Amino acid sequence: MAGTSDLTRLTIADAGAGLAAGDFSARELTQAHLDAMAAARDLNAYSAETPDQALAMADASDARRGQGDAQGPLDGIPLAIKDLFCTEGVLSTAGSHILDGFKPTYESTVTQQLWDAGAVMLGKTNMDEFAMGSANVTSHYGPCLNPWKAASGDAAGKDLVPGGSSGGSASAVAANIALGATGTDTGGSIRQPGSFCGIVGMKPTYGRCSRWGIIAFASSLDQAGPLTRTVRDGALMLGAMAGYDPKDSTSVDIPVPDYAAALTGDIRGLRVGIPAEYRMDGTPPEIEALWQQGRDWLRDAGAEIVDISLPHTKYALPTYYIVAPAEASSNLARYDGVRYGLRVEGEDIIDTYEKTRAAGFGPEVKRRIMIGTYVLSAGYYDAYYLQAQRVRTRIADDFRAAWDKCDVILTPTAPSAAFAIGEKMDDPIAMYLNDIFTVPASMAGLPAISVPAGLSADGLPLGLHLIGPAFAEETMLRAADVLETAAEFEGRQ
Amino acid sequence: MTDTAPDHLSGHVTTRIGHNQKDLVEGATGPWEVIIGLEVHAQVTSEAKLFSGAATAFGAEPNTQVSLVDAAMPGMLPVINRECARQAIRTGLGLGAQINLRSVFDRKNYFYPDLPQGYQISQFTQPIVGEGRITVDLPDGESFEVGIERLHLEQDAGKSIHDQHPQKTFIDLNRSGVALMEIVSKPDIRSGEEAAAYLGKLRSILRYLGTCDGDMSQGSMRADVNVSVRRPGEDLGTRAEIKNVNSLRFVRQAVDYEVRRQIELIEDGGEVDQETRLFDANRGETRSMRSKEEAHDYRYFPDPDLLPLEFDQAFVDALAADLPELPDAKKARFIDDYGLSSYDAGVLVAERETAEYFEAVIDPAGAKRDAKLAANWVTAELFGRLNNADKDITESPVAAVQLGGLIDLIADDTISGRIAKDVFAEMFDSGQEAAAIVEEKGLKQITDTGAIESVIDQLIADNPDQADQYRQGNTKVAGWFTGQAMKATQGQANPQMVNQILKDKLGG
Repeated sequence: MAGTSDLTRLTIADAGAGLAAGDFSARELTQAHLDAMAAARDLNAYSAETPDQALAMADASDARRGQGDAQGPLDGIPLAIKDLFCTEGVLSTAGSHILDGFKPTYESTVTQQLWDAGAVMLGKTNMDEFAMGSANVTSHYGPCLNPWKAASGDAAGKDLVPGGSSGGSASAVAANIALGATGTDTGGSIRQPGSFCGIVGMKPTYGRCSRWGIIAFASSLDQAGPLTRTVRDGALMLGAMAGYDPKDSTSVDIPVPDYAAALTGDIRGLRVGIPAEYRMDGTPPEIEALWQQGRDWLRDAGAEIVDISLPHTKYALPTYYIVAPAEASSNLARYDGVRYGLRVEGEDIIDTYEKTRAAGFGPEVKRRIMIGTYVLSAGYYDAYYLQAQRVRTRIADDFRAAWDKCDVILTPTAPSAAFAIGEKMDDPIAMYLNDIFTVPASMAGLPAISVPAGLSADGLPLGLHLIGPAFAEETMLRAADVLETAAEFEGRQ
Repeated sequence: MTDTAPDHLSGHVTTRIGHNQKDLVEGATGPWEVIIGLEVHAQVTSEAKLFSGAATAFGAEPNTQVSLVDAAMPGMLPVINRECARQAIRTGLGLGAQINLRSVFDRKNYFYPDLPQGYQISQFTQPIVGEGRITVDLPDGESFEVGIERLHLEQDAGKSIHDQHPQKTFIDLNRSGVALMEIVSKPDIRSGEEAAAYLGKLRSILRYLGTCDGDMSQGSMRADVNVSVRRPGEDLGTRAEIKNVNSLRFVRQAVDYEVRRQIELIEDGGEVDQETRLFDANRGETRSMRSKEEAHDYRYFPDPDLLPLEFDQAFVDALAADLPELPDAKKARFIDDYGLSSYDAGVLVAERETAEYFEAVIDPAGAKRDAKLAANWVTAELFGRLNNADKDITESPVAAVQLGGLIDLIADDTISGRIAKDVFAEMFDSGQEAAAIVEEKGLKQITDTGAIESVIDQLIADNPDQADQYRQGNTKVAGWFTGQAMKATQGQANPQMVNQILKDKLGG
C-alpha cells in the first residue's frame, strides 16, 4: 500500500488503476482524504464534511469490487461536491445563511449519477453565496483560501482567494483533499477558480448535464462541470455527470461519448482560433505572453492557428450582468422563510419576508436581486433585459460564424492570477471583470475549459482557456490534453 | 389568491360594431352603453399538474397532492405536462381560434404565501391560442358573437386558509401548480345577461370538449369580469374588474350592480376608478379590493427553465379531426334532422349530457322515436322533476331508455299523454319501467270501440239538451262531452277515439 499522502496526490485515472489492481482499497483511499481534510481545515474548503457517509460509500465500493462488480473509472473515487448541489440528507446551503439547516429529501441528478458510478462523497464545498462571486468571499461560511501562496509581489505571504464561485471545490482539489470535485459555472465559476488554483476546470455545453437538484442562480447559464487535476480526470468525471434528464427541460438528449477516449494527443490539422477582441487593454503582459505561449504549443503539436473575430465580445460582460441577475432575482424569490431554511418572524407575512430575506442574503446577493429586479421592471425591461437578450443572440452568432474558420478557440482564462483576500471587495466592477474572458462562452452556452499552463511572475498559477462548439467537448478536451502535456504544469509543490 | 393578470384587455378593441338599442341602459341623464369583457380561468381536466407529476383531484387532504416542484424546493425544475398542452389546443380549436405552433412560458413575479416559487408560470406575450370567436344564444332566441382575444396556460396558486388559527394563515398547496386556461374575451359583451350567457356557452364548449369540468362551485371555472360604461359611440370609459365570480347568476348580478354603480357615480359627477372589485354574493354588491395603482409590477420574462412550447400543424390537425361534435353543430343537426325548434334544440344541447340523454331517448339508430315528443318530455317533465329534486341529468332516476319506453306507450296508444304524466311521476319515484307501472295499475288506455261507445251512448242519453246543442253546431259542447267521457273512464279512454265516436254519433 502506498503512503497516505501519496494516495491524496493521485489522479483519478491513477487511483482508479490502483483500486483495480488492488494496490489499495476505496476505504484506504477515502480515509487518506478524510485525514487530509481534517489537517487542512484552515483552508475552509469544505462547508460540510461527510466522513461517515464517505466511509460507508467506500466500503460499498470495495464490496462491489470484491464481487467483480466495479462500476467503472469512478468507482471508489472520493469527490468533493459543491454546496450548490442538493444532496439527500446532507446540508445543502448554496453558501447562504438563508438555507440554514436545509437538508434536501432528494439528490441532484448529477450527484446521483456520480454515486451510481461508484464515487464517494467526502463533503460539500464552500462557495460564493448562491454562486455569486469570483473570489469565494461572499460565502456565509467565511472565505475559502487558495492553497497557493505568492512567492513575491504585493500578495506575497497573504492569504489568497481561490476564485469563485466554485472556490471550495477548486481549493480542495488543488490542496489534495479531494481527487476531483463538482462545480457549477454560470459566467466562469468553474474555469476562473480552476485557473486561480492551478487545476483543470471544465464547463460543458449548456444542456449537457442536468440542472435538476442544483440550486438555481441563473437558469439559462448554470451548468455543472468537473474540477480536476488533469484533463483526463475531467473527461472521466464528465462522462458520469453528463446525460439527458427528462426532469430538466433544457437538458439535451444526445448520447454521452467516451470523453477519455478522445484524448489521443493528436491535434494535427486542428484549427485554433485566436479572437482579436480578447486582446484587451490592461491585460497583464505575463497573461499575454502565456497566451502566445499556448498558441506556440498548439502550433508545435500540429494545429493551425487562425485569427478570428468575435465582434460582440465587449458586450458580453455587461449583458451577463443583466441576464444573470434578472434570472436570479426571480429564482431567489422562493427563499421567503415559509417552507425551509432561515425564518425571521415578523409582524405579518410581508414583514417576515422582509426580515428573513434581509437577514438571510448577503450584500452581493442583495445587489444582484436589486439589479435583476430593476432590469425586469416595467419601463426598463425593453432597454435592459430585452436588449441584453438581443445582444446575447449576437454573441452566439459571433461564435457560430467563428466555427466556419476554427475548431476551438484559445484565450486566457482570467485577467490575473489569484489575488489577496480583501482585494476588490469594495469594487464590484473590478470583481466582475474576473470573468471577462469566460462569460462570452457562457452567454453562448458553449463548452469551455481552463487548463493550468504556467506561473505568474509571483509564482501563482495561470490558466489557458479553450472554447469549443456546442457538444464538441471531445475536440476541446483533445486540445486541452495536448496543451496540458506541453505546459508540463507541475502543480502545487 | 389567484392574482390578476395584467391587462390583457387594455387597448383591445371590441369587434362588435354598433349598438343595439335594447342593450342601452337608461340613466338619469340619458342612455349608457355597457362594455364588458371576461377573463375566465378554467382548470384543465388532466390527471397531473401543469409542470409537475402531482395529482389534481379536488377535495384531497391539505398538502397531500404536492410535489417538490409545487412546493418550490431548491433546485426543482418544471416540465410541461403534454396532456395540458393538448387540452389547451383542443379548447382553442373548439373556440374556432388560431393555434400558435410556438408559444412561450413566462414568469409572473410576485410574493404571496400561497405562491411558493415567488412567481407564477404563465404565458404573456406568446400564448398557445390566439384569436377566435363564438356565438352565444340568449334565452329570447337572439344570438350574438363574442371575440376571443387569447387563451393561455398558467399555473394555479395554492390556497390560503384563514380560519384555522387566530393569528396565522395556513397554506394548502394542493392547487399549487394545477393547470389553468385563461380565456380572455374581447370587450364584446353588453349586459349582465349577455355576460352570463357567454360564460354559460364557454362552459358548455369546454365541457363538450372535456377540457374543463366547468364545476364553478368547486372553483374549476371562475371569471374576472371587466365592466365599463360610456355614452353610445363615445370612447371607452374607465373599467373596474370584478374578480373571481363563480356562478352564472353571480356574473349577471355583479354586472347589473356594477353598471348601476358606475352610471350613478358618473351622473353624480364622480369618476370610476380603475380598480379590482369583489362581488359579495350575500349582499349582491361589488366593493373595492385594491386599486390598480397599487398593483404589482409583475416583471414578466420568459421562464429560462422551459423551452418554448412547439408542435407541428399535423399534431393540431389530428386533434381537430378527433374533436367531438360541439354545441353549435349539434344544435343545427337537431334542428335539421329532428325538426326541433331552435329554442328546444338550444336547450337540449346546452349540456353535453342532456343532448346525449335526448338522443338516447329517441334512439335514432333503433326505435327512431318522435323527436318533438321526446324533446317535450325531456325539457318539460324531466327537467321539472330533476329541478325539484335538485339533481342533474346524469343523476336522473329515469334512464333515457326508460323514458323511451314511456314514449312508446304513448305512441302506440297504450296510454294517453295525461296518464303518461302520472306514470312518469311514478317512474321518477320508483325507477320502475313504464310498462310495468301501466300494467300493475291498470292504466291502459281504453281503445275498445264498444266500451267507449257505450260510455258515450250513456252520456247522450243522460244529457239530451247538450246533445241537441251539439247537433246545432255548438262546438263548445263537444269539448264538454269529451271531458265527461274521459272523466267517466278515469282518463283511460283514448281521446282521439272519444272525439271520433262523438262526432259519428252526434254529427250525423
